[in-house]
Amino acid sequence: MKTVSRIYTVLMLIFLYAPVAVMVFFSLNSGGSVWVFSGFSLKWYEGLMEDTTMLTALTHTIIIAVLSAVISTVIGTAASVGILSLRKKFTKKVITSVTNIPLMNADIVTGVSLMLLFIFIGRLFSLDESLGFVTVLIAHITFNLPYVILSVMPKLVQTDHNLLDAAMDLGCTKTASFFKVILPSVSTGIFTGFIMAFTLSLDDFVISYFTCGHYQTLPIVIYNMTKKTVSPDVYALSTVIFVIIFVLLILYNVVQNKQDKRRTAI
Amino acid sequence: MNKKSFGSRLVAAPYYVWAAIFVVVPLIITAYFAFTGKDGSFTLSNMYGISKYGKSFAISILYAVIATAVTLLVSYPMAYFMTKLKISSQRMILLIVMLPMWMNFLIRTYSWITILANTGLINTFLKAIGLGPVQLINTPGAVILGMVYDFIPYMILPIYSVMTKIDHSVLEAAEDLGANGFHRMTKVIFPLSLPGVISGITMVFVPSVSTFYISQKLGGNKNLLIGDAIEFLFNNGPDYYNIASALSLILMVMILLCLTVMNRFDNGEPEGIIV
Repeated sequence: MKTVSRIYTVLMLIFLYAPVAVMVFFSLNSGGSVWVFSGFSLKWYEGLMEDTTMLTALTHTIIIAVLSAVISTVIGTAASVGILSLRKKFTKKVITSVTNIPLMNADIVTGVSLMLLFIFIGRLFSLDESLGFVTVLIAHITFNLPYVILSVMPKLVQTDHNLLDAAMDLGCTKTASFFKVILPSVSTGIFTGFIMAFTLSLDDFVISYFTCGHYQTLPIVIYNMTKKTVSPDVYALSTVIFVIIFVLLILYNVVQNKQDKRRTAI
Repeated sequence: MNKKSFGSRLVAAPYYVWAAIFVVVPLIITAYFAFTGKDGSFTLSNMYGISKYGKSFAISILYAVIATAVTLLVSYPMAYFMTKLKISSQRMILLIVMLPMWMNFLIRTYSWITILANTGLINTFLKAIGLGPVQLINTPGAVILGMVYDFIPYMILPIYSVMTKIDHSVLEAAEDLGANGFHRMTKVIFPLSLPGVISGITMVFVPSVSTFYISQKLGGNKNLLIGDAIEFLFNNGPDYYNIASALSLILMVMILLCLTVMNRFDNGEPEGIIV
């Protein structure tokens, strides 16, 4: 059994990492093909630094990811508090269902429906350009919100409400006790929600594709590049992003392991 | 909770407004476009026009069903083997399984062209040993492979996380009562892991059935999927918005119906999807 499971796991990892290996390998190609390898070179990486389209798109992606993650975390956390304090079961159910729509729906439908809304509004005010920075940002906040709510809500449910009463008995005002007691106790949920929102926004292609107009994010630029014949520069760019994320994840895990050890030590 | 005042309910107001404008209204507008003509008058012609795309719907569903089934078959043993590892190794392998997901979805798909193309890695190898070349790219198989590859972590993760929570004493009890390995699997582990399987299926099926990039890159545009049709029509300009909206609406209704049916099977989890 043990050998079977080992072989299976290894085969699985080969399957999962074959495209990654291909990407890294051909990003080092000295030729311009992603099929024929003609020798090692770093020229595609050097080329990246001068590619203004790509660098602009990267800036756009980061701006959108940061803004949409911050805004959706604030709105979403507040929403979780509010939804939980709803008394009517029916209202709660309706709101939960609406929250689930972007989560359940196909990305393409979310993207298309938002695009139609923006175009509709654009026509209403006869704007020249109905899609752009604002619309991508709105779209990203919209699909991030359910993820934030989904990570904050369960933590809020777990919070002991006696803590809030205790804080108020000890003289805290309602608002102060919320910020000093409730918020810290759900901070891990808020953090998870923020990180999820940030990464989803970084990676989104389909919804941005329909809502971005001329405001190109990185996945859009990559899409346009893969429409034509691809040169290894796309692979080089993806390798750079992949390595950055890989390092961040390793660091995150090391920190978490350390925290776990400290916790068990106490 | 009875002390919760008007104030704590009011903090959610921005979200309610947001969800109303950017979740509910867009769907109403999509429906509006789907049921009106270019001049804005009510018509059912878009709905009749959909029959042209019957084949696309059929192929999309077929591919997505096959891809979901394959993903489930491949992921289930993987998730099971992962739970058998030491806790520290489990965390490590989870990270390893999730890591390719951090590569952009477009690149992940595109890399398969390098592997599958007629001059690609597999065919170069096959030619070298005298077996090739074999047509791999631009086939239905390649599209399905792309779907499986792109969405497999969405299947492994929920199954794994449900499986790790299975109480070991339940398995021991089954063993004491005479269940062999096969019966422990079919009568205990599988039924208990069903919530994970259900959410895995929905998380793979929905993006598969609505994809347009995978089929364009790996299928060579031979068989138009429903996502391809929607994307193509919307890119063709405002004249096609009505028919494209009708297609989107049908796709959405179809997905929501599938999810509702799936949820019927998953009666144990109250925190599941409410549609």
